[in-house]
Amino acid sequence: METATRHPACPDLPGDVCRIVEQSDETMILALEGRLDADAVALLWHPLVDYIEKEAPQNLCIQADKISYCDGAGIGLLMELARKQRKREAQFKLRGLKEEFARLWSLYRPEDFLEIGSSRPHPCCLPEEVGRLACQAWRGLLDMVCFTGELTVALLQAARHPRSIRWPEVWLVAEKAGVNALPIVGLISFLIGLIMAFQATIPMRQFGVEIYIANLTALSMLRELGPLMTALLLAGRSGSAFAAELGTMKINEEIDALTTMGLAPVPFLAVTRVLATVIILPLLSLFANLMGLVGGAVVLRSLGYPLITYINQVKSAVNLVDLAGGLFKTLAFALIVAGVGCLYGLKTRLSASAVGDAATRAVVSGIILIVIADGLFAVIYYFLGI
Amino acid sequence: MPEKVQDTVIEVKDLAVGYGDSVVLRDISFNVDRGEIFIILGGSGCGKSTLLKNMIGLYRPLAGQVLINGRDMATAEGTRRRELLRSFGVMYQSGALFGSLTLMENVRLPLEEFTELPDRAMDLIAVMKLEMVGLGGYGHYMPSELSGGMRKRAAIARAMVLDPQILFLDEPTAGLDPVISAEMDQLILQLAESLNMTFVIVTHELPSIYAIADRVIMLDRQAKGIIASGPPKRLRDASENPRVQAFFRREAIPEVVQEESESSHE
Repeated sequence: METATRHPACPDLPGDVCRIVEQSDETMILALEGRLDADAVALLWHPLVDYIEKEAPQNLCIQADKISYCDGAGIGLLMELARKQRKREAQFKLRGLKEEFARLWSLYRPEDFLEIGSSRPHPCCLPEEVGRLACQAWRGLLDMVCFTGELTVALLQAARHPRSIRWPEVWLVAEKAGVNALPIVGLISFLIGLIMAFQATIPMRQFGVEIYIANLTALSMLRELGPLMTALLLAGRSGSAFAAELGTMKINEEIDALTTMGLAPVPFLAVTRVLATVIILPLLSLFANLMGLVGGAVVLRSLGYPLITYINQVKSAVNLVDLAGGLFKTLAFALIVAGVGCLYGLKTRLSASAVGDAATRAVVSGIILIVIADGLFAVIYYFLGI
Repeated sequence: MPEKVQDTVIEVKDLAVGYGDSVVLRDISFNVDRGEIFIILGGSGCGKSTLLKNMIGLYRPLAGQVLINGRDMATAEGTRRRELLRSFGVMYQSGALFGSLTLMENVRLPLEEFTELPDRAMDLIAVMKLEMVGLGGYGHYMPSELSGGMRKRAAIARAMVLDPQILFLDEPTAGLDPVISAEMDQLILQLAESLNMTFVIVTHELPSIYAIADRVIMLDRQAKGIIASGPPKRLRDASENPRVQAFFRREAIPEVVQEESESSHE
């Protein structure tokens, strides 16, 4: 040992914990001392591991008899040295480790840790990632088709046997999604009517036709904005709630419990929510129309027009077909909001973050589908002359 | 093997715990020594987990105090609270793994928060801890992709990744198969001996209790307190309390005892 060929000092190594006892071309003997805990290992790791990598000794021997404490971090450092030696097909020896720490060391084998994967699997390449996303999209589409089929069958059965519907649950959902939504729907619709009328005031005044603000407000609220805004609000407020509620039930295995009790989840859970939404969305939309018209009335009153003039103008501008056309659309919007919410809730994966994902997807998909449906209705109504 | 230093790491003094006005346990006092494996036993609903959550400072006690290394968890703030939090690890009954993180990321999290270790070291230590609980090769799995027992083992790995002085485990072996349970018991014994780690464990598993426990306290829902304490085999063989006897012999509690206890409660 005294005839060591060289003893190159490594200035980065903390000398109070680690000492190079001997170093030759083939062999390196290192002495580790004191507490080998997370704090000491944090200081020692890079300098020691880098030094061993640089020197690449054929035989590495660690004298561990003076280690007074060695926790998981210390064992981790020893393991790193051992596995690096093993990977280079070089020798590693650990001498003198106290019995209590040797027992911890014996729990592991360096050959089990030759390759440490990353903490998250990464796709190998772009085509794999594209393929994976395409498969996911295809599965999502299939899920949507299957769910639509199941829901249609369940709704038809419910129509044939109305007594089988759990009406108390329907009214409860209607209260939560409908009655409790009245203030927000009312406020938003009132402000939309008010803002729209205000924005129209200046151009209309240039031509001296402020009175036609009533026509603009009534037509746009009844035919388009009332139903659309209500549906969008319901998608954000209740569609996400359905997805989160059903998703949490899935995580808690309540959906599994229903299935094993012979109660199919779609008729039991989705039908009640869809029915409640179909009942309340037209009513909410009607309320939104009214509040939008009130907003328009406030603007015209402030311009000095009497209320009766505004009402007469509204009556002449819109008819029952406009109102019915707008309300009919809400039935389709209601099916979309509740259906998409329930679909994503029932397809939730088993983790808390998946519930959040399901709620987000329900809102985003709901909004997109509502806007697409609204566009289709616009085209159909055009051709029907409505 | 080093001599265990018999100093107290946890002192529970006249503790009363509960929710709002409802008292679940009262007049609870005991000490836990360094390196001891201390078991909290009791029937369902007797307040074992509530007591544990009061001990780790999640709930504020209705009365009394819990001192960990001489410091009151309920009032500690700032650096002192951080030091206290660093000194213990907790495994919750459900595992409580973060669903958006992989197993390895879950296990790494306390290392990232409390140490200055390099990334490579944290990765290796996390993988080693997972290997230790029999989950080698599962590091990149999400918790939702694993069984309940595997999630529980990963939660144990996360609780012990910092090798804290004290480990609080809430039903660590419930739901695990007998082989894995026995391995977990061996691991607990090894950590207690090697690192002089202290364990406070809530469990119902009698084989585990006989295998690892130094001392046991038994809580009772009707007495709202501790009805027996001592080494498990002594309680089994020498306790005259019929509830303790019934528990250790896995028998139904005699009706007479139930009636007596209910009438004494009235």
